[in-house]
Amino acid sequence: MTFKSLTATAIAALIALGTAAQAEEVRVYNWSDYIDESLLSKFEEETGIKLIYDVFDSNEVLETKMLAGGSGYDVVVPTGTFLQRQISAGAFQKLDKSKLPNIKNMWDVISARTAKYDPGNEYAINYMWGTTGIGVNLGKVKEVLGEDAPIDSWDLVFKPENMEKLASCGVYFLDAPAEMIPAALKYIGADPDSHDPDVIAKVEPVYMAIRPYIQKFHSSEYINALANGDICVAVGWSGDVLQARDRAAEADNGVEIAFNAPKEGAQMWFDMMAIPTDAPNPDAAHKFLNFIMDAQNMAAASNYVYYANGNKASQEFLNEDVIGDPAIYPSAEAMDNLFTTTPYNAKVQRVVTRLWTKIKSGT
Amino acid sequence: MRRFFLIAVPYLWLLALFLVPFIIVLKISLSDTALAIPPYTPTLDFSAGWQGIKEFLTGLDLENFVWLTEDDLYWKAYLSSLMIALISTALTLLVGYPIAYGMARAPEEWRATLMMLIILPFWTSFLIRVYAWIGILSQEGVLNQFLLWTGLIDQPLIILNTKIAVYIGIVYTYLPFMILPIYAALDRLDESLIEAAEDLGCSRLSAFWLVTIPLSRNGIVAGCFLVFIPALGEFVIPSLLGGSGTLMIGKVLWEEFFSNRDWPVASAVAIVLLAILVIPIVLFQRNQQKQAEAEQ
Repeated sequence: MTFKSLTATAIAALIALGTAAQAEEVRVYNWSDYIDESLLSKFEEETGIKLIYDVFDSNEVLETKMLAGGSGYDVVVPTGTFLQRQISAGAFQKLDKSKLPNIKNMWDVISARTAKYDPGNEYAINYMWGTTGIGVNLGKVKEVLGEDAPIDSWDLVFKPENMEKLASCGVYFLDAPAEMIPAALKYIGADPDSHDPDVIAKVEPVYMAIRPYIQKFHSSEYINALANGDICVAVGWSGDVLQARDRAAEADNGVEIAFNAPKEGAQMWFDMMAIPTDAPNPDAAHKFLNFIMDAQNMAAASNYVYYANGNKASQEFLNEDVIGDPAIYPSAEAMDNLFTTTPYNAKVQRVVTRLWTKIKSGT
Repeated sequence: MRRFFLIAVPYLWLLALFLVPFIIVLKISLSDTALAIPPYTPTLDFSAGWQGIKEFLTGLDLENFVWLTEDDLYWKAYLSSLMIALISTALTLLVGYPIAYGMARAPEEWRATLMMLIILPFWTSFLIRVYAWIGILSQEGVLNQFLLWTGLIDQPLIILNTKIAVYIGIVYTYLPFMILPIYAALDRLDESLIEAAEDLGCSRLSAFWLVTIPLSRNGIVAGCFLVFIPALGEFVIPSLLGGSGTLMIGKVLWEEFFSNRDWPVASAVAIVLLAILVIPIVLFQRNQQKQAEAEQ
């Protein structure tokens, strides 16, 4: 062995030692209020991998990070339509299913639907799914609109005469055009998944009529605002509203919250866990996905956040107030009433964003 | 040689922190969007050397800037941001001047403590302080609870998510930037000048108008620029405290970046914003220069 190769071996050994000594890390970027945090420490204990957990509250923020590249995350959680677009931009790597034995736990009913965004479910696994509907403060809404307030219908938030009265106790809408425009299209009886700018334009008068009565467009503040009684109606995501219901019950402040997926039809969405192409530690990312797909872990997450998951095996560990709640796990017929959407192309996206800005700002 | 280094340091600073980022943004503003990582097609290829630059110049188009003139959203957002920045600068001046004046007139031994009190809020995160205002201004918030309790109002006031909340947030956040330069100017003010004015027949009020205000002019101008420039591009305060109707260029920029994934148009918006800001920045520089000359 020459001196040169000896030095090379020594350096290689030192590098190997260095990486071994350094604690292994996995960085997860998930939605806010979206996991039972005891699962995070459980993962660290089981695998010895240090878990760095970050949160966001809009798909747009996640997508910008993914498309900028070099996010540094190992696992991210885009919603189906966003996942599809980011896959075509080359943002994700294919899953190595040999490292994911727990994938056998997944629920075929949901996998069939997520395959629409990710053919063959090659890039992502379903984490949670839910609906976009209406959360109400029962006491206040009945006080304003009377006992027969249409809390299970889009009429509640899209009919100006209802909104005029509700404005006094506060209404929030999601700041998510990809969901609020389909909802309004459904209300007027059009195809909620329309990509035709002329059809999309039809929602403008619907929103302009109710715009003065909407206090704010925001995608996460409504959980606290509903729970504290600051607002009485929020168009929001099923589990978030149910979390608000629980926080209000814990605070024992007399606020009673309920969620309904409107009977005219509500949007169903899927939040998918995927591994970015440039993930620093794809191996640990697979371990995290496999950990999440464990039936008991997935059940713990759903029991905590009140969202349904795409994991069949987890269902026997779910609490009765989760699996038995039709607002979380709708019946098979109710599920047929839910619709899904597909991603807009860049040109239609610009129309949608511009329309949404106009709706929000009046300009 | 020493002189050379003295000049080189600020220029290097300007180059690294202003010119280089500016050129990157300018380059993106001249490219086209694409569904890729990063989400635009580079039109300027430095690696191809002269050939790349030549191709870039022949293919140069300003479509993203033209786009800004075609939709009135952008002009309305720029104008609305200018209005909000101007009004909040004026409000900050109205609140800040008396505080600075009081500090400069306070007994010598108190001044260090008063200065500390002005700076102290900076020790808490800016974001937490803005969030605290949500707790104060919301419908069930501290302010409404207090006003209802005193019986001054019988319905909670809707302040949060309106422009008023944005003004409160900006005035609160930038107040120290207004107070400190004015205080510095007033602190240096020669008391005997005011005494002289009063001896010569000025009332206290006219002495204030004719002597104190003109002599603190530089502090006022510096404070106003320090508030106006960041307020114009403000994003955090309007998005947390403002309602959806509060149109500001910072939010439009966010939407171009995040909702439309249109980095080129977003960069064009940023370039125009910079062009609007360059005018007050140049005025500010000239004011500083004049002040430096006057002192020599």
